[in-house]
Amino acid sequence: MKISDLTELALRNLRESMLRNSLTTVGISVGVASLVAMLSLGIGLQQLASRRLVKSGLFDTVVVTSRRDLRGRDEDRGGPTPGESRVLDEAARQEIERLPNVVEAYPDIRFITELRFDEKPHLTTISAMPASAKSNDAFEGMQGEFFSSETAPEAILQKSFAEELLGKVPARGGLEPSVAELAQPLLGKELTMRYAQRAASPQGVAPSTASSPVDALAAAAYSVVSREQTLKIVGVSDQDPESMRGPTRAKVFLPLKFAESLHVMQPTDLREISRAASDQPVYSSVSARVKNPSQMQAVEDAIKKMGFSTFSLLDASQSLRTFFKVLDLFLGIFGSLALAVASIGIVNTLVMAILERRREIGIMKAIGASDGDVKKLFFAEAGAMGILGGFVGVALGWTIGRVINVGTNIYLKRQSLPPDNFWSVPWWLVASAIGFSLIVSLVSGLYPAGRAAKLDPVQALRYE
Amino acid sequence: MAAIEAVSPVVNTVAIRSENVCRHYRMGETLIRAVDGVSVQVRAGEFVALLGTSGSGKSSLLNLIAGLDRPTSGSVVVQDRDLAKLSREELAKYRLHVVGMVFQSFNLIASMNVVENVELPLRFAEVDRDQREKLAQEALERVGLRARLHHRPSELSGGEQQRAALARALINRPKLLLADEPTGNLDSHTGTEIMEMIRQFNQQLGMTVVMVTHERTLAERYAQRLIFLADGKLVGDHENRPGTQIGGGPQ
Repeated sequence: MKISDLTELALRNLRESMLRNSLTTVGISVGVASLVAMLSLGIGLQQLASRRLVKSGLFDTVVVTSRRDLRGRDEDRGGPTPGESRVLDEAARQEIERLPNVVEAYPDIRFITELRFDEKPHLTTISAMPASAKSNDAFEGMQGEFFSSETAPEAILQKSFAEELLGKVPARGGLEPSVAELAQPLLGKELTMRYAQRAASPQGVAPSTASSPVDALAAAAYSVVSREQTLKIVGVSDQDPESMRGPTRAKVFLPLKFAESLHVMQPTDLREISRAASDQPVYSSVSARVKNPSQMQAVEDAIKKMGFSTFSLLDASQSLRTFFKVLDLFLGIFGSLALAVASIGIVNTLVMAILERRREIGIMKAIGASDGDVKKLFFAEAGAMGILGGFVGVALGWTIGRVINVGTNIYLKRQSLPPDNFWSVPWWLVASAIGFSLIVSLVSGLYPAGRAAKLDPVQALRYE
Repeated sequence: MAAIEAVSPVVNTVAIRSENVCRHYRMGETLIRAVDGVSVQVRAGEFVALLGTSGSGKSSLLNLIAGLDRPTSGSVVVQDRDLAKLSREELAKYRLHVVGMVFQSFNLIASMNVVENVELPLRFAEVDRDQREKLAQEALERVGLRARLHHRPSELSGGEQQRAALARALINRPKLLLADEPTGNLDSHTGTEIMEMIRQFNQQLGMTVVMVTHERTLAERYAQRLIFLADGKLVGDHENRPGTQIGGGPQ
């Protein structure tokens, strides 16, 4: 029989016992729906997590340090020995920035200092943010504005520091004040930052009597001057942009160029004094941002070849991916269970149909239908129920996922947490759910179709 | 329509030949010999009636000739095909192209209308849709059922249903028409109409007809030859002059 005739006859037969076939199809669609809902939640959570991680700048960032500063810790990593490794200076930074797939490389400026607000001193860690950090997920729920320019004397506070400034230490378990509440009295206000500036030694300070070898050393000398700088608070960030950095994370952020211009004394500067001087700034570490997390390894290797140590969270992200793969697998198995139950429904419906249509099968055989024709017809009926159930199921699963998402977001809003998308139905899930439903239905149709084909026409025609 | 051309019956060609054919089956403990060593020959273009009481094995023999059943032993050769040696697939092809069948209970598919029922064999033969429609129209015209194409079998009278079944049996232009008590469920007037139609097919289209019946008068009126069966065995086989209603019974 031709495919078109087969389809036509199958659909006609399905229409004939409308109620039973509809119920079976509903069974399949519930199975598909549970599969789609489970997997779309799994995928959604995975996407949410990786979106967060990519935006956090942790999974596309390679932290570059000079080997000289990491003696001992890196001994087993191979690569250049500390002696032959390079100084991480401005020239090196530019070289890293020119590497393929590197978007930008910026120095990490991070220091602990004192901030005065309302005449009260607060000791905290400050770090510098490049302009590209604006797209960082952590600044999404921020109150106020991002830095107006790269060089503006402005600061963004992390929520917990804002609480500290206002003296609002939240009670354990109590309701946390919202960011808007915290930002309102702070935005536009000024902070006074006290810091140690590293200044080139003025001519008068250097010993005038020095002989020439001492002169070289003298060039590496610098003085440390105490400075004050007022900063305008432009934003209060809800989330922690450096949440993965652990205890060293900063709570106040400055624009990168501005922070560089301050020449704040860095802890590594002390070591620099024993080294040949350089007219370029030397950094304790540089962060290189990679275009795509998949190119991390290549970039890391290239930087290592240059003679620097690197560190990234690539491994962490890989184990996270493994976790989600396993999660998806389990969700998929649970979803498939419903489909397995539905497939028993198909077997049952078709076996019933054979009993009911015994005579019809006999007639078809008597007028020339082959075993194959009968088998294909029952197969087509199973397949049609499968495809139909697949489509309805995807729609149903999509709706269920959407409802769960909306429900979760309402719950999150009640807990005063920002809403997010936990749920994603990619096209391949739609296609494979329908495909899977079709395959399960066809497999379920195997036995009934075989049985119908084997029916003895003489017996079948005698049957009333 | 080519089939309308009168075909002079080639009386000497053998259409069906059975040799010592047996069909035994087991029902519980007992062995039932439905057909027990029957040897007959039917010439091409002949109109043969298989007569006997119920349980005489006439329907079983017809099923063997129709390729719906396989003999336990012996052979049934139809137009040089030994049916016992055909595969299931080949047997289906044989039923599709060589044999047309009508039954006592019409055996139309209830969920299909008249046209769909009639063109169903053409679907199995993979005939194109427009060709199918044309052939179905022609066949239905031949049985005088043009007016009720889109009615379901349940909306038709018995006579109309049997005409639809006849149209279906004709659609693949088979050489052999097998009829199992074709008038059994019809009143005598309608039965006569159907029998006339079968006779017409036999005479005008040159189809070989084998009809199972238990009504001797009916057989004598239409068949050229009467074959008597009892307990699965051949008990009589003689020529008959149709229309005379006179003929010798079994000895």
